[in-house]
Amino acid sequence: MLNFVIRRFAIAVPTLLVLITISFFLMQAAPGSPFTGERSLPPEILKNIEAKYHMDKPLYQQYFMYLGNLAKGDLGPSFKYRDYTVNDLLSQSFPVSLKIGSVAFLFTVLVGVTIGTTAALKQNTFLDYIIMALAMTGVVLPSFVIAPLLVLIFAITLQWLPAGGWQGGGWHFMVLPVVAMAIMYMASIARIQRSSMIEVLNSNYIRTARAKGLPWKTIILRHAMRPSLLPVVSYLGPAFVGIITGSVVVETVFGLPGIGQHFVNGALNRDYSLVLGLTIIIGTLTILFTAIVDILYAVIDPKIRYQ
Amino acid sequence: MSLLEVNDLRVTFSTPDGDVTAVNNLNFSLEAGQTLGIVGESGSGKSQTAFSLMGLLAKNGRTGGEALFEGKQILNLSEKDLNSIRAEKISMIFQDPMTSLNPYMKVGTQLMEVLMLHKGMGKEEAFGASVRMLDAVKMPEARKRMDMYPHEFSGGMRQRVMIAMALLCRPKLLIADEPTTALDVTVQAQIMELLNDLKRDFNTAIIMITHDLGVVAGICDKVLVMYAGQTMEYGTTDEIFYKPSHPYTIGLLESIPTLKTEGEVLPTIQGNPPNLLNLPAGCPFQERCSHVMDSCREHIPKLKNFENGRRRACFWAASEHTAEGASL
Amino acid sequence: MTTMAPAADQKAAIENFAKDLELEIEGRSLWADARARFFRNRAAVTSLLVLAFIGLLVLIGPYLSQYQYDGIDWANMATPPSLENGHWFGTDALGRDLFVRTLLGGRISFMVGILGALVAVLIGTIYGATAGYLGGKVDMVMMRILEILQSFPFMFLVILLVTMFGRSIMLIFIAIGAVSWLSMARIVRGQTISLKGREFIEAARVCGTRPWDIIRGHIVPNVLGIVAVYASLLVPGMILFESFLSFLGLGVQEPMTSWGALVSEGANAMTVAVWQLAFPVAFLMITLFCFNYVGDGLRDALDPKDR
Repeated sequence: MLNFVIRRFAIAVPTLLVLITISFFLMQAAPGSPFTGERSLPPEILKNIEAKYHMDKPLYQQYFMYLGNLAKGDLGPSFKYRDYTVNDLLSQSFPVSLKIGSVAFLFTVLVGVTIGTTAALKQNTFLDYIIMALAMTGVVLPSFVIAPLLVLIFAITLQWLPAGGWQGGGWHFMVLPVVAMAIMYMASIARIQRSSMIEVLNSNYIRTARAKGLPWKTIILRHAMRPSLLPVVSYLGPAFVGIITGSVVVETVFGLPGIGQHFVNGALNRDYSLVLGLTIIIGTLTILFTAIVDILYAVIDPKIRYQ
Repeated sequence: MSLLEVNDLRVTFSTPDGDVTAVNNLNFSLEAGQTLGIVGESGSGKSQTAFSLMGLLAKNGRTGGEALFEGKQILNLSEKDLNSIRAEKISMIFQDPMTSLNPYMKVGTQLMEVLMLHKGMGKEEAFGASVRMLDAVKMPEARKRMDMYPHEFSGGMRQRVMIAMALLCRPKLLIADEPTTALDVTVQAQIMELLNDLKRDFNTAIIMITHDLGVVAGICDKVLVMYAGQTMEYGTTDEIFYKPSHPYTIGLLESIPTLKTEGEVLPTIQGNPPNLLNLPAGCPFQERCSHVMDSCREHIPKLKNFENGRRRACFWAASEHTAEGASL
Repeated sequence: MTTMAPAADQKAAIENFAKDLELEIEGRSLWADARARFFRNRAAVTSLLVLAFIGLLVLIGPYLSQYQYDGIDWANMATPPSLENGHWFGTDALGRDLFVRTLLGGRISFMVGILGALVAVLIGTIYGATAGYLGGKVDMVMMRILEILQSFPFMFLVILLVTMFGRSIMLIFIAIGAVSWLSMARIVRGQTISLKGREFIEAARVCGTRPWDIIRGHIVPNVLGIVAVYASLLVPGMILFESFLSFLGLGVQEPMTSWGALVSEGANAMTVAVWQLAFPVAFLMITLFCFNYVGDGLRDALDPKDR
């Protein structure tokens, strides 16, 4: 098992390096410099600025400097907000995104698995049909559609919850954003979990467990739950990426001070270092998370572990 | 009182195309320590018979008639009552050992949970008892194997685990549903030998469900030949093998390859079993029977006693084989 | 309307593709079975009809209206739907006709879906068949590359691209193409590995046919059908991808529009002009809904053991 963990993280490192490298050179391949365009700067000033961002050095040197700084946790200065570093900008916004993202992720998985399992155990009953109809609707409700709808219904019409804002992260500021981020992936997980649980319940080893005289509850919890979770576990990676991606929209709609605003503004303002830094951070998170998911998979499925 | 007495057992499945009767008015009885073979082609209802006794039918299945185990009806029991019988009194081993063990749990855990549930044992006691049972089914290095997962076992070894699991509570009756079909021939022989030994050591009655007459000859006291959910012939193994009286049984026996038939074309029973949704009027075997008569096409032959405890369902006179004893 | 020219090409390509598929289907009872199963699935067939209707509407609808997608009706700004003035879906804040704009947005979505599917089939099949057929070290390396690519948060890479190269529809097509083939390659690889053991491949190999010719002549034609079906399962995801970018303002540019962009505009105006949100949301949801049902139907038809 330890071997597997080490091997899995060993793969993560080159993946990360490839991501950083691709992102970095894409940035270099961009036509023009971020400082040309809007208003022409006198050549000396442009030169000064380029020196500040080390853009006067050869490319490979810039690359290794960037890597070196990255290893120290320094994402460099922002191209747009010239008085700030990328780290400054992120240190305020990242915790907000992390908090809301992890709540949304946990909520998604727990609720999705619970209702998917419930539907499977009540297969072909009224409850099952209701859950599956809702899930089918949820699957076509991406965050950018559901977020404005939630605001319209719960904030503007019913006035139960605030339409946006953060104010230190009180729970009622989090409800709508979390639901908006979660719904689509929750519905997918519910559907995946339902069909996988049904398949497991029809398997021969569940029949064996029944023949052993085990009570139904024990069969579900001890014999069926673990294997039924495998497809959901392999979906956790994509769901994680999806929720993070969706958070950009949700943060914009609800005006949350997370990294989403920086992403959108950075992209619109061509703030290279900011978007690069964000991409790398999110890429790192994703790659680490994928590795953790793979390990989780191996914990559940002994066949993977020994390969 | 017999250990198990089955009267008019019926198993019906409701399907979108109508009701299918998989088992039709089955009767048999079994004494403690005895072995009954149920023989038939695939789809003849032999496995469904076993599942109905354990309450393991698919959701759309219904049972009718009675099955008295130690004098008590065990059909249509509540799940709770069934669970007090399963593994404790009647246990079952399945056709496919590759998929019948939970691949995500250690073999030891799967064994121990039976004892902890039914016998109220603690972990250590259950562990010891499980290891002893693995030893009894001749599992090498039993103690070490407790900690392993099913995929680390060969097919034969997995079937040994299944047998050990079934015998943990010393059940009175073991139902073996084609226990050797999925295994290599040499392994088949080992498993049959093991079952024979265990039957002697534990005095367990066995219902051996198989399509392999060789298996029946090796272990069974009585044989029930099934076709399309109905009993064709029922008697002791010796009588069925040496004096088969039903054309179907005769056909089955003739199609066993022997050393003598080398070089000749092996006789087979032509055709396929009928569709259970659309059974012909009369005898279900008529279309493949070499002795078919007009009456076979109109009436279903009744299952009748015709020798000491022997029964058959056929219009064709059994005189050639049972000249003296026929009491139709 | 420079973007319409490739659409015609694509349509022709799709038609050819469909014809090829038909020929292949004809030959095999497996496909006839699957087709029968699919057409017995009422939800899937209804969805297919609805999709065909939306497709037709999107194609010819704009010509039925008296208005242009970028024409401004100074007399009717932000007016609700009305039959009298010919603005059947109402107008936006600039007085542009929403009926025409919604349908034009639909064109983008369908194009993205079809193009993405094509790219998925093209690259995915070649990549997957090569990896699966050659096996061994080549397979290992190719799969490792796939794994690395799959753990990229692609949406962010696209945002990075948009930052660098500015906003354009081509960029979105490239991005969607880059993502869509990944899971397809996996499916094709699996199929290829199972085909590899079959007699006719063995026979070809024994005859000394070169690997590339075997892949092209025997493997690809045999996996193409199933691959096309799975490609259709990817379509809703690709439509979402584009809508997401457009919602953030990083996709299609004014005065052209897409459902994502319309939802975004509608969300800003929803308190005063709810129809501006309702129509694009309805179209997007119904389309995704139908694609999902068709996808489910196809999967069940091909793989009946799930039911």
